[in-house]
Amino acid sequence: MKSPPFECARAASIEEACELLHQHGDAAKIIAGGQSLVPMMAFRLLRPNWLIDINEISGLKFMAFDTDAVRMGACTRQCVVARDDALAARVPLLRKALAFVGHAQTRNRGTAGGSLAHADPSAELPLVAQLLDARLVLRAKSRTRTLTASAFFTGPMTTRLSPDECLEEIHWPAWREQKTGSAFTEVSRRHGDFAIAAAAAQIAVDDEGRCTRVAFGVGGAAPTPVAFPDLARHLVGDRLDNGKAHAVAQEAVAALEPESDTHASAAYRRHLAGVLVTRVLQQAYDAARIAQ
Amino acid sequence: MSEAFYSIALEVNGTPRAGQVTARTSLVDWLREHLHLTGTHIGCEHGICGACSVMLDGEPVRSCLMYAIQADGHRIVTVEGLQGPDGRLSVLQDSFCETHGLQCGYCTPGMLIAAQALLDSNPQPTEADIRDAIGGNLCRCTGYQQIVDAIALAARRMAEGTT
Repeated sequence: MKSPPFECARAASIEEACELLHQHGDAAKIIAGGQSLVPMMAFRLLRPNWLIDINEISGLKFMAFDTDAVRMGACTRQCVVARDDALAARVPLLRKALAFVGHAQTRNRGTAGGSLAHADPSAELPLVAQLLDARLVLRAKSRTRTLTASAFFTGPMTTRLSPDECLEEIHWPAWREQKTGSAFTEVSRRHGDFAIAAAAAQIAVDDEGRCTRVAFGVGGAAPTPVAFPDLARHLVGDRLDNGKAHAVAQEAVAALEPESDTHASAAYRRHLAGVLVTRVLQQAYDAARIAQ
Repeated sequence: MSEAFYSIALEVNGTPRAGQVTARTSLVDWLREHLHLTGTHIGCEHGICGACSVMLDGEPVRSCLMYAIQADGHRIVTVEGLQGPDGRLSVLQDSFCETHGLQCGYCTPGMLIAAQALLDSNPQPTEADIRDAIGGNLCRCTGYQQIVDAIALAARRMAEGTT
């Protein structure tokens, strides 16, 4: 399985990448880590005339810590994201999610931005972006715009990226509350595979154990990862117990319409999503209670 | 369509190498067909089996998921680069022999690269560390246990300074 013929340009800067996208439009694709794109080309699911390689653009590989967010270049490798202790302290869900992403060999090459732009509905990083409502900076030749994750993801493998745009930066919201806990879990057939269903939560509590901020979401159970900001807001002010977590989880997954495939039926996926949401809510809450 | 050729220059197993490649030539195809370094195996050719693992700038990657043109300017180590300068098997390779960590041998180059990368960064891995490090490499013969044993043995031998 070899890729079909194409031409390749190795962009030295984001400006050059955007200029090339402007020139070639629909006929071009950006290649970052290539861990999803190259198999799709080998299977001939994609046949771009041009690949624009952004791997050599050092300006797309950085992390910067702001007060309320961590800004990250789109071509930051997943292994770098997983390894960084300062990042794990500020946005702990990223390391927790990456423990489920592929294997050492794919994380060494795969990028954070590539995973978001690929937008597999059962992928882990899009779920984290969705539930934290990360902001994504999209760059074109003569314009830059910022979208929230909830606006960015539109369906399976589809996003609001225009053919002339390149994902440039991801801004991951960093919660400043001292007592914050988070949890990520999923069920897949083998470790490192795409999730049959995944769930993640992040919760901040006050000294009395009442939730002050809650975010949670599921992956693999809808055309995009789904966050539940309204249900999460209803938990603010409450002490979470298992009954409450279960009730909220059931309410969340009731509206989901997962797909059936050879790995799992829609009913099983919905049931699983409910179980996993209950679990991560409880784990995140318990972690927040004991956080110093 | 007639395909364009691109010049690449990189370091492979410590030696500068250069070539002309089409954009779609995968790194593993270039290593095998142009450099005749056939130790790196092609298994699934879509990033699942790990047989084609090589080190890129010291970190293991799948060479079927990279185009050769993308390796331009970088440093590659293949399984041929693991042996000692005198051509003797490395401690890790010898440990695979010792524990019978291979049967048909098809996955072995990828296993060796994954295991060497682990030992480079974590000289005293736990069994869980070892299993995680080779999690992206499929073996259809051994059931993995002897491979895990081989890597653990290599770590012990390296710590003791014995071979």
